Amino acid sequence: MIGPLGKDLLGLDELSKEQILLILDTAVPFKEVSERQIKKVPTLRGMTIVNLFFEASTRTRVSFEFAEKRLSADTVNVASSGSSVAKGETLVDTARNLEAMRIDMVVIRHPASGAARFLAQRIDSNVINAGDGTHEHPTQALLDILTLRDRFGDLAGRRVCIVGDVLHSRVARSNIYGLKKLGAEVAVCGPRSLLPNAVEELGVQVFDRIEAAIEWAEALNILRLQLERMQAGYIPSLREYNRVFGVTSERLDRAPHDLLILHPGPMNRGVEIDSDVADGPHSVILHQVTNGVAVRMAVLYLLAGGRPDLADAAKGGGR
Amino acid sequence: MLCDLRCRTAPVARFFRFVPPRASTAPLAAYIARMTKPTTLLDARAVDRTLRRMADEIVEHNGGTDHLVIVGIERRGVQLADRIVAIIEKQEQATITRGALDITLYRDDLQTVGPRPVVGRTQLPLTLDGKRVVIVDDVLYTGRTVRAALDELADFGRPARITLAVLVDRGGRELPIHADVVGRTVEVAPGQRVDVLLSEVDDRDAVVLADRDAA
Repeated sequence: MIGPLGKDLLGLDELSKEQILLILDTAVPFKEVSERQIKKVPTLRGMTIVNLFFEASTRTRVSFEFAEKRLSADTVNVASSGSSVAKGETLVDTARNLEAMRIDMVVIRHPASGAARFLAQRIDSNVINAGDGTHEHPTQALLDILTLRDRFGDLAGRRVCIVGDVLHSRVARSNIYGLKKLGAEVAVCGPRSLLPNAVEELGVQVFDRIEAAIEWAEALNILRLQLERMQAGYIPSLREYNRVFGVTSERLDRAPHDLLILHPGPMNRGVEIDSDVADGPHSVILHQVTNGVAVRMAVLYLLAGGRPDLADAAKGGGR
Repeated sequence: MLCDLRCRTAPVARFFRFVPPRASTAPLAAYIARMTKPTTLLDARAVDRTLRRMADEIVEHNGGTDHLVIVGIERRGVQLADRIVAIIEKQEQATITRGALDITLYRDDLQTVGPRPVVGRTQLPLTLDGKRVVIVDDVLYTGRTVRAALDELADFGRPARITLAVLVDRGGRELPIHADVVGRTVEVAPGQRVDVLLSEVDDRDAVVLADRDAA
């Protein structure tokens, strides 16, 4: 059951450049499926996929569900509230019980870093990481990179700056791994309290001032200020954060060139990004969401099926 | 990485089994060359002539060019469809709608063979309701590709009629499917393979009969 990506998709750190490009190239024709009148192809007919979401999510969960349904897979959604998880069942027990009902894939979102790998090592189904703690969120980074590629073509030498709460951001980590592998130059910008210690070791530049980042970068990926993880007082106030690090149209107007604006959502309008930037002509935020479905279809397709032992027998059948 | 089914590189080593050892390798090399030399079924001029006849037959079958949509199957079917469209447009002074179909997502062997590394593009008019659709492919063999193409077309509407045009019919059907317009019917022995070469993709136009394991 091993396809070109291996059994699971846990993070971009462990994918090769070729595997990342394969996913991006495969995603392109899948965009067309969502433009059809009948938005469905029979590719994954008969496969059962469980979306195991232990954390709140709208975009990612809906996007995965659309991707699964447009490939004709059967889907089940399990959320932590309203399931046996609320009664104290462990992650592995939940997954093993689901597996006993003969499922093929698990899409997991979990507040603990490493939860996806932990699960992948213990069950036979394919596991797709839909965000684990502050570790990785590979499909989000892939859709960000696909959006950048739609505009820039080859990403080698392109300058992308990730702005904001890098410390808590799995999106930032996956983006850094993925962009670096494709040869892009990556920088981060934010208050030092919200940047991981020794972030330079990931091979990124660090900007302390947003103005300098805007002058350097060709695209900004603006992260959400994760208010739910902010109890420790990382910043004095939201208003001050907006005044010092907010991406505003005044700041963008002063840049020597136009910048592409990305945001993984959900946005805090008026905090990390101003409304007129989010809805402005250089924003590709909704384009990212559209690409998200195509990227997830590509990942599901590339992980699905594939019994090499039977492939030779089938080859006799020819075209 | 998975290998494409139409992959053309395979070792000739198999042939050594049938050949007794000889003192010199020169006669052996000549023997292998003779046995594995591909036979040309159609050369470039014959391919062109055949396509012209097929274009005529397509127009005749469909009573003209009204509502005609010519759809090529990735890969070489697309180039053949383009050439047929060009011939018809020139002769009939009409504009023909064309399309391209990639049937990868409709294959029946994902569970066994696994995903094809590269999925091509499908480009079709938004709706095929009431159209006369002609599917164009290079080689008709098992019929499974055409089965998948019919499934995919059904997702784009309800054509008035679907017909099939192929450059080569090599027999060996595994499904009840037949072609309406055939360029050339070929008897193919087990272990042989029909290759359609087109100058857009390959170095020349030709249809050749090669051994399945020959390079």
